[in-house]
Amino acid sequence: MPATIVQRNKKPFKKVKVDTVSIDIIESALRNARFEMDTVLFRTAMSPGIREQHDEFPMIANVEGKMVVGQFGSFIWGFMQGYDGTVEEGDIFLTSDPYAVNGAISHANDWLMLMPIYRGGRIIAWAAMFGHMTDVGGKVPGSLPTDGTTIYEDGITIPPIKIFDKGKLNEDVLKVVLHNCRLPHWNLSDFNAIVASLRTAGIRCIEIAERFGDDVFYSAMDAMLERNKRAMRELIRRTVPEQKQYFEDYICDDGLNMGPYRIKCSMWREGDKCIFDFAGTDPQSMSSINFLLNEELFKMFAGVYMVMVFDPQILFNDGFYDLMEVRIPPGSLLKPLKPAALSCRTHALGRIFDILGGLLGQGNPDFMCAAGFSDSPHFMYSGYDQHGEWYQLYQITFGGIPGKPFGDGPDGHSLWPSFTNVPNEFLESYFPLRIDVYETIADTGGPGKHRGGNALRIGYRFLEPGEISIHDDRWLTYPWGANGGLPGARSRKLLIRADGTQELMPSKIDHVKVESNDLLISDTWGGGGWGDPLERDPKQVAFDVEAGLVTVEGARRYGVVIKSDGRSVDEAATAALRKEIAAKRGPKKIFDRGFDTIEELKARCKAETGLEPPSPPRFTKWAKVAAEALIQKAAARKGAKAA
Amino acid sequence: MSYRLGVDVGGTFTDLLLVNEKTGKTWSAKVPSTPADQSIGVLNGIERVCERAGIAPAEIDHVMHGTTVATNTVLTGTGARCGLVTTKGYKQVLQIARSFVPGGLGGWVIYNKSLPMAPLACTIEADERVSAKGQVVRKLDENALRVSLRSLKSKKIEALTVSLINSFANADHEQLVRKIANEELPGIPVSLSSDVVPEMQEYERTVTTVANSYVRPRVDRYIKNLQAKLAQVSSKVKLHILRSDGGLAPSSSAAEYPVNMLMSGPAGGVTGALWVAVQAGFPNLLTSDVGGTSTDVALIQNGEPRLRRETTVGDVTVRASSVDIRTVGAGGGSIAHVPELTKALRVGPQSAGADPGPAAYNRGGTEPTATDANIVLGYLPEMQKLGGDMVLDRDLAQQAVKKIADALKLSIKDAALGIYNIVNENMVGALRLVSVEQGYDPRDFALISFGGAGPLHSNALSKLLGSWPSIIPPGPGVLCALGDATTAVRDERSRTYVCKFSDTSPKEIEKILKELAAEASASVEKEGVSKNQITTSYQVDLRYHGQGLRLTVSIDLKDLQKNGLKAISDQFDEEHKRLFTFALPLEHELVTLRAAVQGEGIKITRQTLQKSGPNPKAAAVGKQKAYMEGKDVTAIVYDRAKLKAGNKVAGPAIVMEMDSTTVILPKHTGTIDKFGNILIYPDGYKAPKAAKPRAASKPVKPAKKKARK
Repeated sequence: MPATIVQRNKKPFKKVKVDTVSIDIIESALRNARFEMDTVLFRTAMSPGIREQHDEFPMIANVEGKMVVGQFGSFIWGFMQGYDGTVEEGDIFLTSDPYAVNGAISHANDWLMLMPIYRGGRIIAWAAMFGHMTDVGGKVPGSLPTDGTTIYEDGITIPPIKIFDKGKLNEDVLKVVLHNCRLPHWNLSDFNAIVASLRTAGIRCIEIAERFGDDVFYSAMDAMLERNKRAMRELIRRTVPEQKQYFEDYICDDGLNMGPYRIKCSMWREGDKCIFDFAGTDPQSMSSINFLLNEELFKMFAGVYMVMVFDPQILFNDGFYDLMEVRIPPGSLLKPLKPAALSCRTHALGRIFDILGGLLGQGNPDFMCAAGFSDSPHFMYSGYDQHGEWYQLYQITFGGIPGKPFGDGPDGHSLWPSFTNVPNEFLESYFPLRIDVYETIADTGGPGKHRGGNALRIGYRFLEPGEISIHDDRWLTYPWGANGGLPGARSRKLLIRADGTQELMPSKIDHVKVESNDLLISDTWGGGGWGDPLERDPKQVAFDVEAGLVTVEGARRYGVVIKSDGRSVDEAATAALRKEIAAKRGPKKIFDRGFDTIEELKARCKAETGLEPPSPPRFTKWAKVAAEALIQKAAARKGAKAA
Repeated sequence: MSYRLGVDVGGTFTDLLLVNEKTGKTWSAKVPSTPADQSIGVLNGIERVCERAGIAPAEIDHVMHGTTVATNTVLTGTGARCGLVTTKGYKQVLQIARSFVPGGLGGWVIYNKSLPMAPLACTIEADERVSAKGQVVRKLDENALRVSLRSLKSKKIEALTVSLINSFANADHEQLVRKIANEELPGIPVSLSSDVVPEMQEYERTVTTVANSYVRPRVDRYIKNLQAKLAQVSSKVKLHILRSDGGLAPSSSAAEYPVNMLMSGPAGGVTGALWVAVQAGFPNLLTSDVGGTSTDVALIQNGEPRLRRETTVGDVTVRASSVDIRTVGAGGGSIAHVPELTKALRVGPQSAGADPGPAAYNRGGTEPTATDANIVLGYLPEMQKLGGDMVLDRDLAQQAVKKIADALKLSIKDAALGIYNIVNENMVGALRLVSVEQGYDPRDFALISFGGAGPLHSNALSKLLGSWPSIIPPGPGVLCALGDATTAVRDERSRTYVCKFSDTSPKEIEKILKELAAEASASVEKEGVSKNQITTSYQVDLRYHGQGLRLTVSIDLKDLQKNGLKAISDQFDEEHKRLFTFALPLEHELVTLRAAVQGEGIKITRQTLQKSGPNPKAAAVGKQKAYMEGKDVTAIVYDRAKLKAGNKVAGPAIVMEMDSTTVILPKHTGTIDKFGNILIYPDGYKAPKAAKPRAASKPVKPAKKKARK
């Protein structure tokens, strides 16, 4: 049963003709409103993930629930299909169950709130916002168990409910939810912050509608969607070939010593329509690396990527959705069936960008970016301090942005929008630790005409006994280089105990006990290089060497020989070395993955990384059976419809 | 007789305003700027303005100066070659910055990061460590430091910056590094982060201190040069520089902490606007300063400009107080275009600048700009000569705007109106940032517009915002110089003091605030301000424990003594509610304590205009066909110099003066007040009732349960 929308005023909106300038004005007013939602949330939330690192996503949608401004595409229509109740003025909905919204949020830490905006008794727009809560209970602090096998271990999930009923807060429900979280006062503050940002959006939309009239507001939003569709149609026609393009990438392991997992995707165009098909992607994992990928979200990623590469002026919204079709097999890593665990979906979520780069780039190699820091790996540290107070740190780390057609990738930066690091002085003031090292690692960016960004090294010196969790990836497979560029370096985690003994840590692990004065050296990974490294200006290489971003030895991978002063180019030796490299190497590779086959990569895993290679993934039977049943049911439905 | 002089050096013109401190009489002058050595233009201007006033330059006591030297140094990347000393393990603090990539989802694809102001090649590490509480964890390795410092010699650095981890809590190591650096690198100026901005957050503290070193040599040279030139014409003259926060700094302190001058230029406009509007009886103001490439806006409440704790220039944001000025890339030179894919009309941020400038300037520009649209619309009459001698070519403007008309299938007039409207909307976007986004309702504010192009858009902006009246001050082009001339000496000191309320006491806070006040007063007294002229105000930054924001509230020491910490927390909760619609029943945490001291400003009464009746006919100089709000109208053109106090100018009308043009729309009337301001109101205007609350919402009560113990 879909939701019943209650409106005092039943008069439908009238589609009116709106002049270009008014559309532009409404467009910028809505864009301002969306940024205002961000500001309100950042400033009042308490979870550092939202407050400092900006792990949150706002949206304003039209009456039908199509996103007009925002970043991650709309799920409102889907939400309404699954919600069995009424929608009324003053209502605000809350959910944290990814399965209930087909992956619009992808793990239970994300609290998604949705508010209809009423004016004169009818809905004129929708506002939505979600943010990552530091903790939602479950088996580990931070609620992201690396070895979770069902979503129930991840923490409390909230089905779609009305948390405000006609303006009245459902206090009992909130109490139950907060009771299940380790840091309830943070959740409460974040909750209030999301409500405040939704109300801000509401006020702004009402103001715009007051200024222009409801019908103009309604029609202008339609026109914005149409405008985007027109631009995207043109872009798709120009850039997506009709011939099938294929690309695959990997998640190195699942936290249960199995891997790597394959994500496969094909892309082609039929007329104006661009089709993405993930057939062949590995089945859902037994652990928590599954990523419930929402089709609309993927369209948004694909669209944004195309726009950024080809024409950043285009304003983004849901208008072009009809022009893309996304096929994801049920029961796969990207469409797992409940109750598969989802908490550590960040690796597959990030990897989607590498896949898009690989797919779209093949048709237009000049516009292809290399693989980058396609993840937002987490680090957790928690315990009781000397005063018996509970402390709990959750941090996102950063790495190398890939080399790209337009220039080098920045070192130790974020691939995700608006994320920032937490100042170390802030960490040291509030948590029992010191950050001994905070720098990027020379030579970890893939060499190329445009260098990939370097990986980040953080040295965490723990000052109290506690437990840490590590979430990372790309320790086995490399961030690939593109168009002749070489791969970036892989990630690595080393725990140095206070007595000097060293322990290599796996990429995904929970419950590692640490003692006072233990030091964790956390190295993330670099971005792949773009273009032939032999074409990089030797002066630029020398500049990086003098800056300490590339070593003298590393410069040789660009065919550049640095003199003994450590900063000037030996031109004769460079010319000779470049000639030698050019003669020895094979033909230019569009992709350089740093390995030929997975078997070959695994064979040298131990020698190169110090860690045992993962064993091939095993999959559950129930998910396979259930997925097949789903597919048959869908086929039967289709057949019935056709008949 | 004593005189003071306000000087604003812009890209094209240097504006001067001379004030007789006794009578309040003012004289202004506008001379071409001399970019190679700006002091030449300043001296030319002094000669001109003194000639007009009939005085000798030697009679000038004070020169108050707003300058863009610091800003331009950052924007053009022409600062000093800076060395940097960090704590071991933090060499790349500027390279990594906050790991932030601008531009939204996928923004990294087109993001190329600019190089840090202190090159990595000139950055060295000191082996030392201080904890967040200020305890020395590892002593400074002095010998190793000496070796590293010597290596910087060959890198030809011109300035050295020291920024060590947690130095906000204990500055001993930074001071030790300075001592050693002075021995190893004699003659190289050294800045310490614990001096420049003793606040938490290593990146922000480092970038601020480096920015200070980066602009310092140029600013220092500039000020010394200007001082020497001024000394040639007047032996007693004292030079003061306008700071970003709208206060005046002694030239010596300005040269030492130039990072506080990055907004010096635009701050002059805000203080000038403030001075004019408060006299006219409007203490609540939005300001809009429209130049050739951009518009600067700010908000003034109860006669106080809103300040923020950071300053942004280009892609550098530093921790230095400044008037909360937001800049949007919309000005007279902003270029209109229609992207092929979306067929939308966009204006800016690309600008034709001063060269080639708008198409109508006939200097080779062919792209349609906002100025061209204003000409097509008839708002800039051909009889108007910009800056006195530039001829506008209407045909060229038409040809340029036709490109937009063709792309959108509109008439040329409608295309021009579209450009005008989009420019207005972009400016409104910036005005919203300083008003509605901060919880203020623009309908409770008047709007004052200045800069050459401000008065063309003012009436339209007021209409969009509901901010009445729209105030056009006399001489909108020289308002910055007026601001420079009318500000007071000001200084402030602050200290990071991160502390939960339960861990401190009102006594402790009062003690620190008084110490800070004493330091700030000493600096102002050096400028010759006597003790009894100094007023001190106190502020604290605080938040709920666990939040990342900080809000600034002013506190009164008596209130603190009487009501304790509640005097602070009540105000904070109130402000939090106003900004975000809710307050939380959580513990408060102090972040920064600050004392600001201010000398007395000049008390001059402006000369008033001759009074006359409402009929402005005597000032009418012609008629002009114009296109306003989609209709052809005939506007009366007035000469502003001939308008008298009490005149009522009914729209559609255009008011011309030497450096600016005012548009009054149909159904609006501009009244000339006794100071010569034009106050535009819609006909039949009624002031709004008391401000509506921004959003009605009840804060949610917390659950009883505390964190697991």
